[in-house]
Amino acid sequence: MTARTMFDKIWDAHVMAEEEGEILLYVDRALIHEGSSHAFAALKKRKQKVARPQQVFAFTDHYVPTTSREKGIAGIAVDEIRNMVIGQHENTKLHGIRLFGFDDPAQGILHIVPPEQGITQPGMLICGADSHTSTHGAFGSIAFGIGASDMTHVMATQATWQRKPKTLRITVEGELGFGVAPKDIILAVIAKIGAEGGVGHTLEYAGSTFRRMSMEGRMTVCNMSIEAGARCGMIAPDDTTFAYMDGRPWAPKKGAEWDAAMALWQSLPSDAGAKFDREVTLDAAQIEPMVTWGVNPEMAGPVGGAVPDPKSAPDERRRSDWAMALDYMGLKAGMPLQDIAIDRVFIGSCTNSRIEDIRAAAAVAKHGKALVPAWVVPGSKTVKRQAEAEGLDKILTAAGFEWREPGCSLCTAINGDQLKPGERCASTSNRNFRNRQGPGGRTHLVSPAMAAAAAIKGRFTDVREIIK
Amino acid sequence: MQPFTTLTAIAVPMHEANIDTNQLCPTRFNKVPRGPRYREILFYDARHRPDGTLTEFALNAAPYDQSGIIVADRNFGCGSSRESAVYALYEFGIRCVIAPSFGDIFAANCAKNGLLALALPEAECAAIRRQLQDQPGAKLSVDLAAQTVTDLEGKTHRFDIHEVRKRCLLQGLDEIDRTKQYAAKIEGFEAGYYRERAWLGLH
Repeated sequence: MTARTMFDKIWDAHVMAEEEGEILLYVDRALIHEGSSHAFAALKKRKQKVARPQQVFAFTDHYVPTTSREKGIAGIAVDEIRNMVIGQHENTKLHGIRLFGFDDPAQGILHIVPPEQGITQPGMLICGADSHTSTHGAFGSIAFGIGASDMTHVMATQATWQRKPKTLRITVEGELGFGVAPKDIILAVIAKIGAEGGVGHTLEYAGSTFRRMSMEGRMTVCNMSIEAGARCGMIAPDDTTFAYMDGRPWAPKKGAEWDAAMALWQSLPSDAGAKFDREVTLDAAQIEPMVTWGVNPEMAGPVGGAVPDPKSAPDERRRSDWAMALDYMGLKAGMPLQDIAIDRVFIGSCTNSRIEDIRAAAAVAKHGKALVPAWVVPGSKTVKRQAEAEGLDKILTAAGFEWREPGCSLCTAINGDQLKPGERCASTSNRNFRNRQGPGGRTHLVSPAMAAAAAIKGRFTDVREIIK
Repeated sequence: MQPFTTLTAIAVPMHEANIDTNQLCPTRFNKVPRGPRYREILFYDARHRPDGTLTEFALNAAPYDQSGIIVADRNFGCGSSRESAVYALYEFGIRCVIAPSFGDIFAANCAKNGLLALALPEAECAAIRRQLQDQPGAKLSVDLAAQTVTDLEGKTHRFDIHEVRKRCLLQGLDEIDRTKQYAAKIEGFEAGYYRERAWLGLH
């Protein structure tokens, strides 16, 4: 039998029908949030029930406030935002969908909670109402974001029509350097292949660097696949994955269930000799802590470097893109990245709000005091409890950081958490697009450790000089 | 869904690459229910100053306030999966975007809403944008059945589109109705699927 990629194996196991190259795929899990109101409105319009409500999971994350939650939903100050949260409660109740809602002890971001709960499993096909659904590929699943019409379709049929993408394997070998985080790896990958380098492709991250990485780190990497244009990124399941799954509420129970699941999971990794449409390799030893300086995630460089000069851009298109980016970001060509002073720090988002991220931030924060407003927003109540059990919240607040309630917060700036025009933010989120964190806001993407370092220095700084 | 067959409309050139869905529909407007309000939301932050007054952005004034087509550069519609980006284009009156490449999720969302995301090679897009720059307010013609774009010099550019996507757009087909014909097949699939995955405990 021909050698197959992991992507092929999972894809093939979900194919139900074909029409001229469009494939009808079975969907194991659908993940939705408050913004899925458009999909529920479409269901209502056609008097359509959700076909498999026990396979749909809802999360209150995008609109939820990250402070002053004591008064409950009624305490949300802005009517429109409160109504989004209430609407989600009503819609999920009507359709019998499990909601990790406002008051749920496991509430959190839709890319943080499903792995914590064992809802995300190897070999699954997962559709989410959010482009960062690629996160779940860290378990060896096909997971991708879809729009409201496609989500309406998934909820009505438990299936989705898709065309098979090409495959791109990104191999990174070697040990991560001191102070270098999974976030730096994925920023380096995107800087190399470009913000549209993965369009039409699914990514498989392979090599010893990812094998050594924790599930948290793998999720950070897969999360940003979409920032390279790829809807889906994945990492083969291994002992790290299986150990993570063990004992989670939705995971198979030890015994016959577990053994059956393991037999499937262990068959998933790409076969030796499997062919990929494209291959890219990076050397982990060459990767340093990264900072983005522009308005899309490919505009990034090592912290020791400088803002590039558009005149030295490799082509005309990038010359104009870089000039526009520098203008928006208020930066001068040639200035060292470490000379950029910041106004705000945000540590959070589906990219970097897991327990390891909080630990990394606290390990840096204890070396100083925040000179600018610095928020830490855990990805879920589970992460928050764990961090508090470890005393991380105390370390952070003692260093002047603000410890907030879980949600998407300042990554997507939809719940009222946002930058003021012109404010410059060191952010552990995933998008540095113009206006993303609020109209006129300026975003620099960094790892949690680099964000904490920026907080205590008031400008970008090489975290390796702080933690030595 | 409104079918898409042919379109002759004012085309606005946009020279920048990587125009993301956040620019098409800023995040804070995602909660707006689908409807005419999205006409104003399209490119809101580029079209409005902080005090709410209108900027010089092309879509704010004649002739481009009547645009039906955007001719853009690479990776148009990258970023967030928000379908509100497509609602905003649609309500403004845009029925077709021509670009060298598109964000995958955005392109899929367009097709589900009767909007044609049409890919032409980079050089052809650049040439058409130059023509439009020289003749503001001029109209392009798109023929989906023939898979052609006719530019201002009368030259036709052929484009590729997947057969199924083309048929759905031409006929305005409803995808859920189409899938319901497979209901028995889906149930049959599930029976076998969950026999092998009993731990999921679903069937």
